[in-house]
Amino acid sequence: MIRSNLISLAVAGVILCLWEGGCRFFGVPGFILPTPSVIVVTAVMKAPLIAPHAAVTFLEIVLGIALALAVAVPLAMAMFAMPALERALAPFLVASQAVPVFALAPLLVVWLGYGIASKVFMAGVIIFFPILVSLLEGFKSCNRDFQTLFRLMGGGFWKTMTLLYWPWAMPHFFAGLKVGVTVATIGAVIGEWVGAQQGLGYLMIQSNARLKVDLVFAAILWLSIMGLLLWGFVGRLEKRVVTWKNNPM
Amino acid sequence: MLQVSGVTKQFGLQTIFSDFSFSVAENGFTVLLGPSGCGKSTLFDLLTGVVSADTGSLAWRGRQLPHLGAVAAYMQQKDLLLPWFSLMDNALLPVKAVNGDVNAAEGRAMVLFERLGLKGYAHHMPHAVSGGMGQRCALVRTLMFERDLVLLDEPLSALDAITRRTLQSLLLLLQTEFNKTLVMITHDIEEALLLADELVLLTPRPMVVQERFVLKTPKPRRFDDPELIALKSHVLGKLTGEGHDDSF
Repeated sequence: MIRSNLISLAVAGVILCLWEGGCRFFGVPGFILPTPSVIVVTAVMKAPLIAPHAAVTFLEIVLGIALALAVAVPLAMAMFAMPALERALAPFLVASQAVPVFALAPLLVVWLGYGIASKVFMAGVIIFFPILVSLLEGFKSCNRDFQTLFRLMGGGFWKTMTLLYWPWAMPHFFAGLKVGVTVATIGAVIGEWVGAQQGLGYLMIQSNARLKVDLVFAAILWLSIMGLLLWGFVGRLEKRVVTWKNNPM
Repeated sequence: MLQVSGVTKQFGLQTIFSDFSFSVAENGFTVLLGPSGCGKSTLFDLLTGVVSADTGSLAWRGRQLPHLGAVAAYMQQKDLLLPWFSLMDNALLPVKAVNGDVNAAEGRAMVLFERLGLKGYAHHMPHAVSGGMGQRCALVRTLMFERDLVLLDEPLSALDAITRRTLQSLLLLLQTEFNKTLVMITHDIEEALLLADELVLLTPRPMVVQERFVLKTPKPRRFDDPELIALKSHVLGKLTGEGHDDSF
């Protein structure tokens, strides 16, 4: 663990040094590509400007996650309980993933307005699929012997769901959620690019138009940190909930 | 009495068993012994309702049933302990699954934990105990089903010899102390001879009853009992198709 962290830090350090050194050596103008040190300074010094936008984007992501969970979890359970429903919906769900989110964003702004709702929906759409698929696959991966045991015990659907299938699927669910929260930022920011009055995506567009590229990068840095924090939070939550993950069965 | 009559099962063109019949007396211990791959596990799948028979019937205490899922407890080779529950919570699953009185059942389970040598381990997690203790917990769970018929699908085959010996005597407790009717499948001849009241010898596929033996030797039995040694030689001969003593 410590070794892998050191390797990550070393890789990041090498990339940043090459970036910093390259910009300085070749005299790249700041409005084309600012150095990492300038980006970090901007991210810190402009925090009072960036933080309110970040708060909006963060809220959109969190609400998007909540929306995705509210739809994906019951749908995964229904599709697991009724394989015919899974067979009927699967082609539509797969086809929906083939549609680029960029294509949806303008429509959502038209339908849901310039406010937070269209961005929440965008984030939700992106997170929904990995959560649904991972949870459904988690339910379906349950060992047949355990299923037989529960059937012989006379366990009904809900009891078997709570005592067996849900705990069984938890590692899959968290794997999907981890993927979901890291890509959720994409949905929210794309929504903000298309039409918004606040948020990190809005700040990026505005700064880019004014050639304040250091501020664009500072917003990206805040966004990356936000994704890392969400990923870390889900990872910690998984460790607290799925305490049996690495135990032999 | 458990009565299995004229059961036939085919998968595609492959006949697993045809016109297969056997019966188990109330409070008896019947062991089905056959070579690996003869269809024993399919038979258990059929008894538990995982697969359905093409023809034939099952009856428990005179009542015709599609399968024994609602009347039998089940224990198999793997302990099937859920890693997210303690041993006690695993043992209580048959009660929890049907919204039973968990508090009352916990007292009963605690007595069984003590009786089966698990005192002090009720709140341990499955990964923290040995394979033998896991199987004892599975045995407690089997008893918590509170069903008179118990189906045992090679329950001890994954254990080492010493642990297996201890658990064999605990399996006998199911019959002597808890008055269960037991049906066990195994390919371990010695285990079959130590435990069975009746031994049903099965053929390779398509599986039919090759021979039945009623064992009168009192339990607990010893491996060096001359009758068992002779019977073991006879059964081995039958299973391997080599020469055997026909005096049985």
